[in-house]
Amino acid sequence: MSAVIKLEGAAAREQAVWALLAEVADPEIPVLSIVDLGIVRHVRFEADGRLHVGITPTYSGCPATEVIRTAVRTALDAAGYADAALEEVLSPPWTSEWLTSAAHAKLKAFGIAPPQEPVASPSHLWHAPLVPCPRCGSRTTERLSEFGSTPCKAHYRCGACREPFDYFKCL
Amino acid sequence: MSARRDAPNERDAAQQAAHVRYVLRLADTSLVLGQRLGEWVGHAPALEEDLGLANLALDLIGQARLLLTYAGELEGRGRDEDALAFLRDAPDFANLTLAEQPNGDFGHTIVRQWLLDAWQLEIYAGLLRSADTRLGAIAAKALKETRYHHRFSSGWLIRLGDGTAESHERVQAGLDSLWRFTAELFAADEVDERMQAAAITPALMELAPRWSARIDEDLAAATLKRPAAQPYPWHGRRGVHTEHLGHMLAEMQHLQRTYPGVRW
Repeated sequence: MSAVIKLEGAAAREQAVWALLAEVADPEIPVLSIVDLGIVRHVRFEADGRLHVGITPTYSGCPATEVIRTAVRTALDAAGYADAALEEVLSPPWTSEWLTSAAHAKLKAFGIAPPQEPVASPSHLWHAPLVPCPRCGSRTTERLSEFGSTPCKAHYRCGACREPFDYFKCL
Repeated sequence: MSARRDAPNERDAAQQAAHVRYVLRLADTSLVLGQRLGEWVGHAPALEEDLGLANLALDLIGQARLLLTYAGELEGRGRDEDALAFLRDAPDFANLTLAEQPNGDFGHTIVRQWLLDAWQLEIYAGLLRSADTRLGAIAAKALKETRYHHRFSSGWLIRLGDGTAESHERVQAGLDSLWRFTAELFAADEVDERMQAAAITPALMELAPRWSARIDEDLAAATLKRPAAQPYPWHGRRGVHTEHLGHMLAEMQHLQRTYPGVRW
């Protein structure tokens, strides 16, 4: 009986930590939280009562990774989890498939086209995916550069409204 | 064959030293290549390619950081990624000699990148099944990035090779000049043999034909001619480098050498 209550207590506390981390914005795409991006891999209260939080880098060289680690630490400290263990998780590697559906909607509203194809598609590897314009919805867009302002984005232009836009790539 | 068998402690020490060395070779190849690509920032033929090369550099240096951190932990002498990157001299670097070659023109850089992208594709894919799970995890992450690196470099190789007479000539010249460094890519030494025996790495001789087939396929599309095999006098992986690495490190390590322990 008491074990069940303890378990429920831990689940509720973990939910509270997830909610806390959902407030930590990505430094480069601040409209998304690190939970939206799938960067937070686990939140666990372990047997020792200590909180363990796992985060994963998106791209190996993403400069935001360290900023995110600091932001998570600050958020945990402020919420009274100064003794929390912050763990780097490398496996399985981050994939854009971990973006939540909320993240897709937020990206589009922010003017960034969300990832388009499942990563498993072979055509994705060799061709620029067809990306609808996040502003006007036109499908006559062209890729200007596979590389954009951050490692996770490509640079596109819309043929209808003529606006340039960023596309959040599949990885 | 040595006359006596190594005592268990010596064997463990030799195995550990080989393990550190192997991870350093991967790390240094990524670091040195990333630093070379970084030299293009602000100088590439077009803004898009400037961004492309910088993005590749960022990925490579990120991979190097993961690998250097791991090498430092394996070594157990308290050296972190910064100590390994900024406080070692050229003879202690274990990168492939090809990675340290100067940028040359854009075609030259593309050839160097493409040869090493194709190499990393095979190495990282082979490491996915490594008995060393940490190395396997780093490889899995790096492999996803290396796929688009190869798409970038092979795409340019084909555009330049199958482009104008001028671009064809330049990229063929780059290939002819860099080809002599490729013999090192799959030449196994005692470090590789120890790693293979421990199932930490795949056998290089199994990877070489796959690399070669990919190279031939891209060369055919680019209408370029594969140079003849050449003798192999370079041993960057063993710390015997061409003159270029020292010059590169002098620039790369300048700040940390001048102001030891400097922090932002």
